Amino acid sequence: MTVNMGPQHPSTHGVLRLVLELDGEVIQSVTPTIGYLHTGIEKTAEQKKWQQVIPLVERMDYLGPQSNSLAYALSVEKLLGLDMPRRVKDIRVLLAELQRIASHLIWLGTHAMEIGAVSMLFYAIRERELLLNINELIAGFRFFPSYIRIGGLREDLPRGFHEAVNAFLERFPAKIDEFEGLLSKNDIFRRRTLGVGIITKEDAAAWGLVGPICRASGWDYDVRKYFPYSGYETYDFDVPTQTDGDVYARYRVRIAELRQSVRICTQAIARITPSGVWACDDPRIVPPPKDKVYTEMEALIQHFLIYSQGFTVPAGDVYVPVEGPRGEHGCYVVSDGTNRPWRVKMRPPSFMAIQALPSIVQGGLIADVVAVIGSNDVVMGDCDR
Amino acid sequence: MADTHEHGLDPELPLITTKFEWLVQWARQSAIWPAQFGLACCAIEMMAMAASRYDIARFGAEVFRGSPRQSDLMIVAGRLSRKMAPAMRRVYDQMPDPKWVISMGACASIGGVFDNYAIVQGVDQVVPVDVYVPGCPPRPESLIYGIVQLQQKIARSRA
Amino acid sequence: MDASAIIDTLTPLVTGATYEVGKSVDFATIYVPADLLIETSLALRDTPSLAFNVLVEVTAADYLPREPRFEVVYHLLSIANRARLRVKVRVASGAAAEGIVPTVHTVWPAAGWPEREVYDMFGIVFGGHPDLRRILMPEDWEGHPARKDYPVQIRKAAQTYEPLEISEDEFKANIERDRVRRVQH
Repeated sequence: MTVNMGPQHPSTHGVLRLVLELDGEVIQSVTPTIGYLHTGIEKTAEQKKWQQVIPLVERMDYLGPQSNSLAYALSVEKLLGLDMPRRVKDIRVLLAELQRIASHLIWLGTHAMEIGAVSMLFYAIRERELLLNINELIAGFRFFPSYIRIGGLREDLPRGFHEAVNAFLERFPAKIDEFEGLLSKNDIFRRRTLGVGIITKEDAAAWGLVGPICRASGWDYDVRKYFPYSGYETYDFDVPTQTDGDVYARYRVRIAELRQSVRICTQAIARITPSGVWACDDPRIVPPPKDKVYTEMEALIQHFLIYSQGFTVPAGDVYVPVEGPRGEHGCYVVSDGTNRPWRVKMRPPSFMAIQALPSIVQGGLIADVVAVIGSNDVVMGDCDR
Repeated sequence: MADTHEHGLDPELPLITTKFEWLVQWARQSAIWPAQFGLACCAIEMMAMAASRYDIARFGAEVFRGSPRQSDLMIVAGRLSRKMAPAMRRVYDQMPDPKWVISMGACASIGGVFDNYAIVQGVDQVVPVDVYVPGCPPRPESLIYGIVQLQQKIARSRA
Repeated sequence: MDASAIIDTLTPLVTGATYEVGKSVDFATIYVPADLLIETSLALRDTPSLAFNVLVEVTAADYLPREPRFEVVYHLLSIANRARLRVKVRVASGAAAEGIVPTVHTVWPAAGWPEREVYDMFGIVFGGHPDLRRILMPEDWEGHPARKDYPVQIRKAAQTYEPLEISEDEFKANIERDRVRRVQH
């Protein structure tokens, strides 16, 4: 029997089409079709100036926008040969980890809701609202703050930032305990997730699934430890791993990552001063402060040049990987020496996860497809770009 | 004539029928059930709107139905790509009358940030839209305002 | 390991190999000729001192006025040796549609869909690929969008479907034809 889980479906985390061939309830084959959210971001980015690409790139993986813009900013800064001041690196680490917490909360809410624990979605979104409040503090925008830019940040941290982050970090570990208490020993959750969707260690490497999926299968690969960026080598945190490789193992890995993220955030917020330097001091890239623009001629000229024709980046190509919430998020940037990118390509972790889907669910039940897609934490905006 | 229009009463029909029509429209506007049609980032804001902080159930949109055949509102939340356009038209055709469409976000209304080959520049090229809600993504309060506007539009129209 | 050390390790393992070091600011880059790609990939994956067991990405770039026009880029990762490598294959514009670049999905299964995406976006055919169809654009799309001579915006009306008016036998025959086509892939 052939069943179509069409592009509009409550459980497919976006627009994904699966054609399932079933024998009763057992799956014989799955054929995924993607591309229903293809946005042509990479082609559009070739028409914009370097700094204008940041909002486009943020809207790719829409649950982790700060990690997208961090990958792109780090790639271009590597081509430019810039090194950020220590405070900028710490703020970027803090924002990236808060972003990871926000993305994992949506993962937890939707995954548990699809398995049956419907109220988890409301608890998870409740906590996420506090993080979106922090986003709103720094940039006025809940979702895509465009705060991490090439050359540093958009502006200095606002008043009240430290209080908001500390209040969240004090409250959140108890909430993680509450979520774990609801799900980890829950009989129904365990029966639907233990032994389901097993990915072996060799399969994870062969299919290119680097991220929480490979960490649940036995590898301990984490970009933050293997190829540290933005000052991660100065932080003290662990990388959680499991060996079973099933849906339950991926759940344990992500819950443990939530706790490690809180640990990193607590260290980061202690190091960040309430006000200070927020960008590197390269005048070709960073616009001057607005009060200088209104009074000094050189600052006005610099502001005009940056916003009208942009800065140029030396020719070459670069790939900088970043540990996004879904796995290794990298940005491959090719420059031809002008003020527009020649090619921008983001490496999509969800793309690889859906490619591996047919081999994971083969021989399983149809209800396991929903559990596996949820545990692979697939976001179609990231997959289709 | 003017004041009968304001109270939603149509001056051309007899009094009993206009009262009944007002009642039918009130029932329709107070229990709009959306079909899930979240495409991209706006879908997350739609979920946030359905959650406890900006509770949409207070406005009557109690459940998001999975099947379009049981719903009367389609909130197009997100960017519509050319590959998805036939599927969206099919979902719209499967909804029973009376049905309404809210185009949520800049991408659904006009193509948004993405003026390129892959995105349909405005969902109204494929389905008729009743309310456009701008934003990228619109705040949940904006979307609730859009739903309230739609309720007022239903109240003003004929059954 | 830097690029010349990798080339020194590879050259005895692959006969007739001529590699070039590429210019890069982050990690080692080598240029590999298209006909030696599969042997090089096997050597990169299986040699213990290299051990590039994860294929992270397959992408391409179009350098239009320059010949060779395309460069297919493979990003590799070795977890055991903590190393990354970029492998580039040059493809001339006339040769892109002929399938001179072999597929590496027998070496790393992760290459299946990224190569489909490169075909969809650039029109580069990968020889020996089991299922080379469009993946991001609709199946009947014409043109390869990421090429530099493809416009960013095309003013085309959105296509929706016509209501289905076929007989029951035709409907069943269509389902069977799609099922056979899928199973063969």
